Amino acid sequence: MAHIPDGVLSVPVLVGGGVVTAAALAYALKKLDEDRLPRVAVLAALFFVASLISVAVGPTSVHLLLSGLMGLIIGWSAVPAVFVGLVLQAVFFGFGGVTTLGVNTMNIALPGVLWAMLFAPLLANANPRRAAMVGATVAALSVASTAVMVALSLTLSDASYTLSARIVLLSYGPLLVGEAILTGFACAFLARVSPDIFLAPAMRRGGKLAAS
Amino acid sequence: MSGKASAAAIFAENRDTGPLAAIDPRVRLVAAISFLVLLATLHSAPALAAALMAAMVVAVFARLPLGPTLRRLTAVEGFLLFLLLTLPLTMPGTELFRLFGLSVSEEGVNRAIVIIVRVNAGVLMAAALLSTMGTMRLAGAMNGIGVPPRIAHLFQLTVRYIAVFHEEYARLRRAMRARGFRAGSNRHSWRSLGHLLGMLVLRSAERAERVAWAMRARGFSGSFPAFSQRRLERPDYLLLLVWPALLLALAWLEFS
Repeated sequence: MAHIPDGVLSVPVLVGGGVVTAAALAYALKKLDEDRLPRVAVLAALFFVASLISVAVGPTSVHLLLSGLMGLIIGWSAVPAVFVGLVLQAVFFGFGGVTTLGVNTMNIALPGVLWAMLFAPLLANANPRRAAMVGATVAALSVASTAVMVALSLTLSDASYTLSARIVLLSYGPLLVGEAILTGFACAFLARVSPDIFLAPAMRRGGKLAAS
Repeated sequence: MSGKASAAAIFAENRDTGPLAAIDPRVRLVAAISFLVLLATLHSAPALAAALMAAMVVAVFARLPLGPTLRRLTAVEGFLLFLLLTLPLTMPGTELFRLFGLSVSEEGVNRAIVIIVRVNAGVLMAAALLSTMGTMRLAGAMNGIGVPPRIAHLFQLTVRYIAVFHEEYARLRRAMRARGFRAGSNRHSWRSLGHLLGMLVLRSAERAERVAWAMRARGFSGSFPAFSQRRLERPDYLLLLVWPALLLALAWLEFS
């Protein structure tokens, strides 16, 4: 539902989204040297695959966005990771669009990164229970922010989209619930088995070879 | 990110056949982007009809398979459906007929048709020009038209690991099924899937370390080789001549 196709949004909204995404990408890439690219690629691939999991929530089923979890694990690198995922979806699956890459990347990646940055300090030495609460909160806030941003993108494009923007907003309910629950359980699991994984220890750790 | 779309669609390299295959990926990427950008500004019926025609012609040239292409066109995203259903009801204008006490306006129906045509022309053109190209050539083309090399390399590497994780995910799911797991809407299912997700994150982080070490062991010093681009040839220049003519014609239909 977060994938707005080509041909729906107005030009100013497309340009605005493009500018924001370009700036976020430039910032994220500046913090990321080429030595770390394979690590981000591995995690970007993981999140792409994980978003294909369908989760039953009440009578509906949803596909996860995982932007909150991405933000918690790879921080700003989530922006290029989401961008690459969206290019693949647009070109090879036909979901989303090419001119809307900017708007879609902004709507999906930015909330995850920003909420994760705000809440990540709570994850230092967290027990599984607290990790679950933090994970669920970040996931819920990220999905809610994405929903609001998608609705705003539509409303700002054309005033007559308002009603469908509201329906879109409501339709994010099940996703919000599913995403919060699953991210919560995933964070509890990670806090139990690998507490130092949050906010990119894989990137800071540098030298140490993981035991596997 | 929708349902049955198989990750396998990404990995079919070298399926470029038909007259379009001779054209340089960079030229095709530029053509697709310029068409889609212009498409976003089109509103008038003749311009949109011409754009849809052009997309169909290019799709025929690209020898897109009929079945999968139709499926792609009909798989409209959820909110597009809402948009098309609500526009005739919400836009003020001349009443065509009444539906359950709500008036259906002519302007709203027109707008819904405009959006359907625009979205389909866009999806068709993107599919025709880009989706037959294969990911590795697409990455090279992205770099060739000015996308930072890091994004292009990230794109290539990501595609490579999607294959790995898709397999890993399928394996873990199979193992869960073998133990009698059936996904439902209950705490046990969510817990199991959450742990599956956590397990995938953990394994990917470990794999990332191994990859980084393997690359260093083979002498990787922090920079990737540059993408090599071939020189533009006759078919490329042909498209570079035809394309501006198409775009100008569309713009003329819209704005004159």
